[in-house]
Amino acid sequence: MTHLLRETASQTAGPYVHIGLAPRAAGFDIFERDFGPVLATPGTRGERIAIEGRVLDGSGTPVRDVLLELWQANAEGRYAHPADRQPGKALDPAFRGWGRACSDFDTGVWRFETIKPGAVAGRGGVAMAPHVNLWIVARGINIGLHTRMYFDDEPAANAADPVLNLIEWEVRRATLVGRRESREGGPVYRFDIRLQGEGETVFFDA
Amino acid sequence: MFQTAPPPARPDDEYLMRDTTAHPPAFAPGYKTSVLRSPRNALISIPQTLSEVTAPIFRADELGPLDADLILNYARGGMPVGERIVVHGFVRDQLGRPVPGALVEVWQANASGRYRHKKDQYLGALDPNFGGCGRILTGPDGHYAFRTIKPGPYPWRNRINDWRPSHIHFALSGTGWAQRLITQMYFEGDPLIATCPIVRTIPDDEQVRGLVAQQDVAHFVPLDSRAYRFDIVLRGQRATWFENDLQGQTR
Repeated sequence: MTHLLRETASQTAGPYVHIGLAPRAAGFDIFERDFGPVLATPGTRGERIAIEGRVLDGSGTPVRDVLLELWQANAEGRYAHPADRQPGKALDPAFRGWGRACSDFDTGVWRFETIKPGAVAGRGGVAMAPHVNLWIVARGINIGLHTRMYFDDEPAANAADPVLNLIEWEVRRATLVGRRESREGGPVYRFDIRLQGEGETVFFDA
Repeated sequence: MFQTAPPPARPDDEYLMRDTTAHPPAFAPGYKTSVLRSPRNALISIPQTLSEVTAPIFRADELGPLDADLILNYARGGMPVGERIVVHGFVRDQLGRPVPGALVEVWQANASGRYRHKKDQYLGALDPNFGGCGRILTGPDGHYAFRTIKPGPYPWRNRINDWRPSHIHFALSGTGWAQRLITQMYFEGDPLIATCPIVRTIPDDEQVRGLVAQQDVAHFVPLDSRAYRFDIVLRGQRATWFENDLQGQTR
């Protein structure tokens, strides 16, 4: 039998995760270049959107020390990664598709500025609805939580999405859908993540 | 068994199923903050798609020349106080293959156990010459190294007299989103490891031992620094031969 090493054990990111991953949020400047929450650059193709929300704990209290990372495809539905070999979809040199955001220490609100992704092929030829992937770490979270945000203005694509359809409880699928709001400055998708309790967000093991 | 050769393996695609017994459970009441921050529902297991097997790729030119040197990257005309150490090791996957180009981000308290963070109120003194963060890309062989000051232990609000052992936080970004991992490195011989409620969220003692860096005499820098060795294992990639294509094609 092939010998497999065991994955290194996860540990919580702790309350001071910002020092390592977003030092300006911790209150100091150290790196020439920080990784931040703005994914769209002036040359990026696609519809400019923002995604914002809060992470709520099991008591409904906003988690004010959370850090999220977002990973998404470009406007054509292609990831900037060599494993994505979908035919007929171009890379966008002005879009990496990745960013990280911290919740505000007072309000708990986090926000990404990005573009709406295109649909990415799913397994075996069933297209996935447009979505962004989110990874959530904080004090009290022992292993990073993976989830997805879909878009509420894509009802037909969402209804056919092979991942959403794997969630046996239809009522829980709605926890993965961001709500589009028109605001000055452009559309914003509002997406609250509930770690526990009523309306608990679906988290994935992939 | 095969009439013709099998289709070529695609080792850069899918990851092995995560062994959840290698990790702490979400709900670990000894670590009180996890009680309200742990999902009560089971995770939904999904087959991997392009969304999980891709991930951002980082380039060396995104990092600064001192990003891997925590002794100098925040020095303000002096040196930080504390024990000078080098921390190094290899990032591999579960099949033992190196993970090159992985982004390793580290953060830690200073020698007094104090973090440079606006929310840290601990009595231990800030060090004007120490920031406490760094980042490194692994080389072609998966190796990383950085220089720092050994962090001090500190008390924290869990039970009234809980202390964290000296530790360095690590965030790892490998080749796929499914490999993303945050962990903490501890130091060989620290008596606080055995009683730390955060360490003890990990049910498997062997997995705890994997987080304890060993003093590495072979890499001491004479008259300068001691060294610690800390190897990291990320999820392994497996070949996919007969399954539905990840790119959406049926075969």
